[in-house]
Amino acid sequence: MEHWVVYLLNGLYFASFLFLTSLGLSIILGVMGILNLAHGSLFAIGAFVAAWLVGGYGSNAPITIFVVGLLAALGVAGVAGLALETTLIRPMYRRALEYQLLITFGALLLIEDVIKMIWGGTAYYASKPFTVMGSLDIGANQYPYYFLFAMLVSVAAGLGLWLIMSKTRVGIMLRAISMDREMAQAMGIRIRSLNTLAFGMGAALAGLAGALIVPTTPALLGIGMEPLILAFIVVVLGGLGSLKGALIGSLIVGETRSIGIVFFPEIELPLLFLIAVVILVFKPEGLFGR
Amino acid sequence: MGFRDVILKPKFFVYLGCFIVLLFLPKILPIYHLILFESGITFAIMALGFNLLLRYTGLLSFGHGALFATGAYAVGMMGEYFPDLYRIEILIPVALAGSFVVSTIFGFICVRHTRVFFSILALALSMVLFALLVKLYNITGGSDGIHIDLPIIFGKSFEGMKRFEFLSGVYYYLLICVFAAATIIMLAIVNSPFGKALQCIRDNEVRAEMIGIRVRRYRLYSFILSGLFTGLGGAMWSFVNGHVTPEIAEWVFSGEIVYMTLLGGFMVFEGPIIGAILFTYLRLYAVSITQYWMFLIGATLIILVLLLPEGITGGFVKLFSKMKRAPSTGVA
Amino acid sequence: MLEVKELVKDFGRVRIINSADFKVEADEIVSLVGPNGAGKTTLVNLISGHILPTSGTITFLARNITFASPYKRIKMGVARNFQITNLFPDTSVLDNVRTCLFSVYGKIKRGVLPASHYRSITEEAVGILDLFGISGKKDLMPPSLSEGDKKILDTAMAFALKSKFLLLDEPTSGVATGDKFKVMDTIVTAIRREKMACMIIEHDMDIVSDYSDRVLVLSDGRIIAAGSPKEIMEQDDVKEILFGVKV
Repeated sequence: MEHWVVYLLNGLYFASFLFLTSLGLSIILGVMGILNLAHGSLFAIGAFVAAWLVGGYGSNAPITIFVVGLLAALGVAGVAGLALETTLIRPMYRRALEYQLLITFGALLLIEDVIKMIWGGTAYYASKPFTVMGSLDIGANQYPYYFLFAMLVSVAAGLGLWLIMSKTRVGIMLRAISMDREMAQAMGIRIRSLNTLAFGMGAALAGLAGALIVPTTPALLGIGMEPLILAFIVVVLGGLGSLKGALIGSLIVGETRSIGIVFFPEIELPLLFLIAVVILVFKPEGLFGR
Repeated sequence: MGFRDVILKPKFFVYLGCFIVLLFLPKILPIYHLILFESGITFAIMALGFNLLLRYTGLLSFGHGALFATGAYAVGMMGEYFPDLYRIEILIPVALAGSFVVSTIFGFICVRHTRVFFSILALALSMVLFALLVKLYNITGGSDGIHIDLPIIFGKSFEGMKRFEFLSGVYYYLLICVFAAATIIMLAIVNSPFGKALQCIRDNEVRAEMIGIRVRRYRLYSFILSGLFTGLGGAMWSFVNGHVTPEIAEWVFSGEIVYMTLLGGFMVFEGPIIGAILFTYLRLYAVSITQYWMFLIGATLIILVLLLPEGITGGFVKLFSKMKRAPSTGVA
Repeated sequence: MLEVKELVKDFGRVRIINSADFKVEADEIVSLVGPNGAGKTTLVNLISGHILPTSGTITFLARNITFASPYKRIKMGVARNFQITNLFPDTSVLDNVRTCLFSVYGKIKRGVLPASHYRSITEEAVGILDLFGISGKKDLMPPSLSEGDKKILDTAMAFALKSKFLLLDEPTSGVATGDKFKVMDTIVTAIRREKMACMIIEHDMDIVSDYSDRVLVLSDGRIIAAGSPKEIMEQDDVKEILFGVKV
């Protein structure tokens, strides 16, 4: 019985950075209508930045450096996103959607090797913050405090985003664009700059998620691919443009993966996929989609 | 329009000329280049299939590596588990059957969605296949893959022969024939009423439905045909490469498939063929001069995309309508 | 042939079609007129199946098609053109029409022989283009046609579907005024020859009176008058609605 509690709590941990990643993907998809294939690469940038900082400078004050790493990851990924949007994606607005996919795919390939150029092909470990935080005893099992920390960060980020979207002027404009682009434009909202902002926000979220994962998983080349696919499954499951959908979708995917790894270690990705496909058959717009 | 109309068109002679050149290539090219070229030809078969989906149906799949892998692994697994049936006359149909099954499953899932979701669903499905190939190592050999022996071709065994001898001999001519057949069949498909229907779906799916074309169903047919060609390419490639590993199902290779099709120019029928052959050389060259060839491919892909004019369905229309002075009565 | 009973369509709280009742007989050309925003295009969309009604029934050839899919309705014989031309921009003019014929003749699945091999169908496609006066442009691409020609092609495609009932949404809008009657002559001759029933949305009252057997006047979501063009023109309330003339 206790094992199940641990599995579920592990699933929550996984769900937390999945939530951030898919939120980022959803914002970009919702506001700009672009499916960002380079999203996983932005995740990877965040992971490498954080791992590099902690691994290189974090031996004395791992948690402080890690927090710095989180913010740095957010910043670097966000800036990378802004650069990406202004140079590559803007020229594609009036083209067929496939071109946008192609160009973000090209960016994916590019960034993979840029990461290789900067950080080489080795793995970057950053487990100090994890071990330093210790764990909580749950019966005979131990639950790492780091997991709780990660969940806290995600919830905080989610809350922050919700506040921005519902209370600030910028957020309301972003939501307006995602609901009806033409109307928003007719009302004088400056689509161009807000698109850039949305992409930057989405990228920053991905970077933050990447950074959050490094205490338990080393930063490796190709680390972003699975988060990309999983985030996509979450968006498709939870429905586009829904914060609630991203949350519930992340929980479903996170828990399924957690349980899947224990019982069906070979096929947890196909299993997740099966669930997504089944849901899509009955509700093509996702669970909470519009 | 009968046989005579086909023969008398200038394009027929160009094709015939190319075929004759191909027949003489083993005498001209050194073995190393010939084998590389054969690799390119198998990719060309695959690219033809891919372009049926992209250019003629308007669907961009980022997961075609999985279909290529299906054909290749079909051969590999036949070799592992049914060595008595390791004859080319059985292997090719088995590879096609396997491709048929996988593309039907993939296609059925993907075509129900909008074009953007289609693309990434294809990518996701291919990642699932990749994961299965790696993790079910008892069946598939895992990341080590499966070694591909030389098959028995029409009763003749090549056991003991060196692979390069095999590839520069009988196999080369078999491959060229398969390639020619595939090209002719694809030509027939894209010019047929079915092909026209696909193009209408690409151009305007709402209107296509309005004139009585069941869009989803035809997209599925197109996907399956595309998968068959791609799987065939994979099967033929497996003999050239001598080894199949899960990497061919991964997203990187799927991206390369997209890339080579775009490189050769996907708006023209022959474009993907040229792109595929060109790409094999390019990739080899790139890998030899830098370890950052993904950067190179990504950068050139971006440049290609930035320079291509408006839309998959727009673009070279102007160029085409200038070239299409004479009535089009057949070969595209 | 077509019977519409108490058809209602709401968009949210706005009632666009407010209990429309009318019939169209076989072989009949009916014009649908009315002020802008009266709901004419909505009515056409309801009949072709692009939107579903809130209540009411649509019967075609004695079968209830109120909720049938557009695909089903096409197979039964209801075809339409589009007010905003809706063509296949990357295939030739000839292919735009020829593919419709392939679809009608059930040849659309044939994947072996080239399209040009189907001589009789190709000739028929050219014939239809000829009928509409655009066969000289058969190898061009739609984006290079004039707006009027695009409209004509759109109508030719609907015509090629050999339906029993043709819905035409402003078939002459965008066509040069001098050519309007020529286009209508072509369309109407072809329709009568094939004995199709037809419902045309039209604003030009001259065209309405020259080519229609009957006229339906739609205002505020309901049919307020029906009859021959002459009868309609003489009714005061119709004149008020159509021309804003208070009598």
